[in-house]
Amino acid sequence: MSERAVELEVLRYNPETDREPAFQRYSINCPEEWVVLDALNHIKESVDPTLSYRWSCHMAVCGSCGMMINGEPKLACKAFLREYSGVIRVEPLAHFPIERDLVTVIDDFMEKLKRVKPWLMPGEPKTLEAGEYRQTPAELKRFKQFTLCINCMLCYAACPEYGLIPKFIGPAALSLAHRYNKDSRDGGRDARRDEVAAYEGVWECSFTGACSEVCPEHVDPAAALQQEKIESTVDWYKEHLMPWLKK
Amino acid sequence: MSRKPYVREMTWRWIFRHPRYVRYMAREFSCLFIGGWTLLMVWGLKQLADGPAAWGAFLEVLRSPASIVFHVLALAFAAYHSITWFNLTPKALPVQLGEEFVPEGVISGAHFALWAGLTIAVLYLAGAF
Repeated sequence: MSERAVELEVLRYNPETDREPAFQRYSINCPEEWVVLDALNHIKESVDPTLSYRWSCHMAVCGSCGMMINGEPKLACKAFLREYSGVIRVEPLAHFPIERDLVTVIDDFMEKLKRVKPWLMPGEPKTLEAGEYRQTPAELKRFKQFTLCINCMLCYAACPEYGLIPKFIGPAALSLAHRYNKDSRDGGRDARRDEVAAYEGVWECSFTGACSEVCPEHVDPAAALQQEKIESTVDWYKEHLMPWLKK
Repeated sequence: MSRKPYVREMTWRWIFRHPRYVRYMAREFSCLFIGGWTLLMVWGLKQLADGPAAWGAFLEVLRSPASIVFHVLALAFAAYHSITWFNLTPKALPVQLGEEFVPEGVISGAHFALWAGLTIAVLYLAGAF
């Protein structure tokens, strides 16, 4: 098994002793097929047990190990060391406060996720005896890609709008709202509208498109947000120019 | 254990973090040229209303080297904006026929075709051919 020498520069921050974060250099030897997360695990196990970071599944499913690798938001479990040359710079996800080392404070995202009500709200609730809510393959395909979000928050770290205006609800939460709005079994669009079709909702997005470029699951949040903008516009025209349509 | 989260300030340097942000800012920046050109046209309309002498002076200004440089830049930015924008239309306007989505190229292609058609119509009305 061939090995390679790797230099990692990791942003460290200890809230108990440090005034601000600083880079620490680690030089290690790694098997060719390792990803950045393997290198971090190796450092924690054999070099420096004080290093803190989040991870869980090591297979791009849990969305825990998002971090900036050479300035790009990546899942550390999907970032192969062999794809980098020179010193690899590892930092916590951009636009989030740093809790410690590579661990960020994600309370803001969790709160926003809750605000957009990302769950199925059946239009006409049925009793259990009445059977399941059925859906055709075409109806499923309408929103399927948006169900693949793993809440890794890479899109928030890529979005300059979220970095500059933290009130912005942001790509992942709004895409999940869109996912349920597009679901034929759902009737919760009006309940989500105050959050989604607001300035802090889709209208804060200026379509940089970075969210879709960095998504490790190939979800297209930029598409979801633009589609919601169109629906919000149609709603506005219906409400202001065709008030008789109102119930 | 006390918490003391560290907030990193975002500086203007984010624009150069990745080429995609430069491309995005170039698209945003195009509004200055397109807006400037629109103001020029409004001024031209006023000169036209003021009579032949004023209109002649306006045409003279348009022929100046600075004006030609500005028009070349404005045209380049307008084309860049339009092309990048039309390339994004499939994201905003997906069309599902039956189970499958219409290929993205068809949606952006329709926009480009409409753009070309309208350009030819405007050139025709302006007496270009």
